Amino acid sequence: MNDTPTLAFDPADTCLNVEQLSVSYDGKAALREVSLTVPRHRVTAFIGPSGCGKSTLLRSFNRMNDLIRGVEVTGQIQLFGEDILAPAVDVTVLRRRIGMVFQQPNPFPMSVFDNVAYGLRLQGLSEQRTLEREVEWALRSAALWDEVKDRLEASALTLSGGQQQRLVIARAIAIRPEVLLLDEPASALDPISTLKIEELIGQLAEAYSIIVVTHNMQQAARVSDYTAFLYLGELVEFSATDDLFTRPQARQTEDYITGRYG
Amino acid sequence: MKTPSGWRSGDGALWLSTGAVTLTLLLTVTLLVLLGRVGFGHFWPEPLSTFTFDPATGQAPVVAALREQSTFALPEGGMEARTLLRTGNRDAAPPDFRWVADARLHSVRFDPAAIELERRSWGPALGLLAPPEAPATDRAALAARQWARLEGALALPPQARLGTLTLYSADGSARPLALAEVVRAWRPNAMDLREKLSLYFSRIGAFISEPPREANTEGGIFPALFGTVLMVMLMTVVVTPIGVVAALYLHEYAPQGPRTQMLRIAVNNLAGVPSIVYGVFGLGFFVYLVGGSLDRAFFADALPAPTFGTPGLLWASLTLALLTLPVMIVATEEGLSRIPRQLREASLALGATRLETIRHIILPQALPAVLTGVILAVARGAGEVAPLMLVGVVKLAPELPLDSTFPFLHLDRQFMHLGFHIYDLAFQSPNVEAARPLVYASALLLVLMIVLLNLGAVLLRAYLRGRHRDPLG
Repeated sequence: MNDTPTLAFDPADTCLNVEQLSVSYDGKAALREVSLTVPRHRVTAFIGPSGCGKSTLLRSFNRMNDLIRGVEVTGQIQLFGEDILAPAVDVTVLRRRIGMVFQQPNPFPMSVFDNVAYGLRLQGLSEQRTLEREVEWALRSAALWDEVKDRLEASALTLSGGQQQRLVIARAIAIRPEVLLLDEPASALDPISTLKIEELIGQLAEAYSIIVVTHNMQQAARVSDYTAFLYLGELVEFSATDDLFTRPQARQTEDYITGRYG
Repeated sequence: MKTPSGWRSGDGALWLSTGAVTLTLLLTVTLLVLLGRVGFGHFWPEPLSTFTFDPATGQAPVVAALREQSTFALPEGGMEARTLLRTGNRDAAPPDFRWVADARLHSVRFDPAAIELERRSWGPALGLLAPPEAPATDRAALAARQWARLEGALALPPQARLGTLTLYSADGSARPLALAEVVRAWRPNAMDLREKLSLYFSRIGAFISEPPREANTEGGIFPALFGTVLMVMLMTVVVTPIGVVAALYLHEYAPQGPRTQMLRIAVNNLAGVPSIVYGVFGLGFFVYLVGGSLDRAFFADALPAPTFGTPGLLWASLTLALLTLPVMIVATEEGLSRIPRQLREASLALGATRLETIRHIILPQALPAVLTGVILAVARGAGEVAPLMLVGVVKLAPELPLDSTFPFLHLDRQFMHLGFHIYDLAFQSPNVEAARPLVYASALLLVLMIVLLNLGAVLLRAYLRGRHRDPLG
């Protein structure tokens, strides 16, 4: 495994450190001994064909895989040096530190305001003034404020798909996580909405460590600083995005990015 | 390409399915029309006539309403047309319903002085306000005088109604009738449509709002209506939380595997257990075991007279809650499974616990399905009769289970129920012909009551669904 082209970061610049991570569902391996480090305040992209394990890897970070029956996880993941796979870890606290946005926009059937305030209220925040301030901040951060400021009480389901996805991002950052996981955040959107999401990712990278899973290589090339290519549950190559797309070191990576399979 | 023809064209299937829907609709309409016509037709003032019989029969003439005409096969061969007359006067000239051969009917005369009186006892009295043989002007004057006095008396409370009314039968004999005994009186032959309508609705109103009289064959059905609604509400209050929590466990907490599947099948099969079995269980478990223990623990002073160790409202409601629990669980679980997984994930990914997710996301979303469960449970529970006979329903309850004395809601009391009332009217009534229209009227009211309860739940569900409707679907 040591021949995998990969990168290492200084511990101070490392957000997540994955060591020998293997995940299997009902005995079927989805990830095999993946090791990589995710840099802090950068955008890291996971690419690869369907079923390569990129979503599994992403969902290991906030332990959403725990919800699936028959899942088995071995190896280590450290968030800023803390082991997050230990049984003693409170997953609700972990998930507040690592926010996640899913492929399909999934706003709650509530008002726009209540959607963004959901996570804040869960943490016991109930003062209306503070809530309003935080919700506005989150919506501004997600570049949605100008579009929804007059309809905060309208149902979130009345927003367009692209707006819904930005609302979901606002909801995730409202509780100020350290890491933001984006699982194919634009795959269900039209090109203009996709563009807005991509711009947003660039802006958010200043404050958050972002990991984005995508099967769209152009998107990975546009938004990310670093890219990991996974294939059949294994990490094939992890390097700076420019290097990976211009000078791939592994044969499989080259085949994939030149469209020979995938 | 060839257009498919015959059965494969789909036209046949369309006709078949449309036909099935039409048939169902037709049956429903027929049911309601039949119940309404026979049941509520009973309250319409029937015209009264004086029937005179063939002198050979020796029967005295009677004032009666024509009820029904039918043809009977005679034992010696041949057919005979007969008429059913409602003659009332069960006390003076029984029976109050008689079949008369049409051939023996001598004459039928329409008399504006004919009157029908609804009485406190002995059923209706039918007769004339003036002697039939007197000169016409005397008759009219006497009839008008008696009617005025009767109307004056009816405006007073029963205790204050002094004196008697003289009622003449068709053969000229007179008999006194205490005014205090009269509940309502009308001269159907002298009424116009407006008066008839007003009488009709006031009688229907009395039927709905008054307690029954005379072994349930007269008066209203209010206690039965009240008992049914109260019992159904108590049942709903019990079954809804238990059903929802059970469904939440089955769908949100239990590991989905063969064991949960077995549990689910067991719950579904409970819905198939005959209701009388639940009645027996309710009697054995709730009444004797739980009720008996409660009595020994808290009401020992009253023993051996039972307080809770006897059939009553509480046990009936609990038994029906048990009976409708499977329906509730299945409907709620159905609703839970329609909530997209993404919503659960979204909530959990924001650091919500499973309980917080259920409380803030799942339950509000599942509420319409819960209400569907309530609708199904009410429909099932309100119509049950068999188990109730074992656990608390009686033919005649002296008091309503809800009144103004502490503790206001008397869960230990026995109560009346519309379904059982229908059974009682149909099978246990001493006067079949008198009770028959009431059977239909009570049945129609039971249907209307269930419709009303369901309508409430349906409107609530529509409101809840509309709150956050996705404009795209």
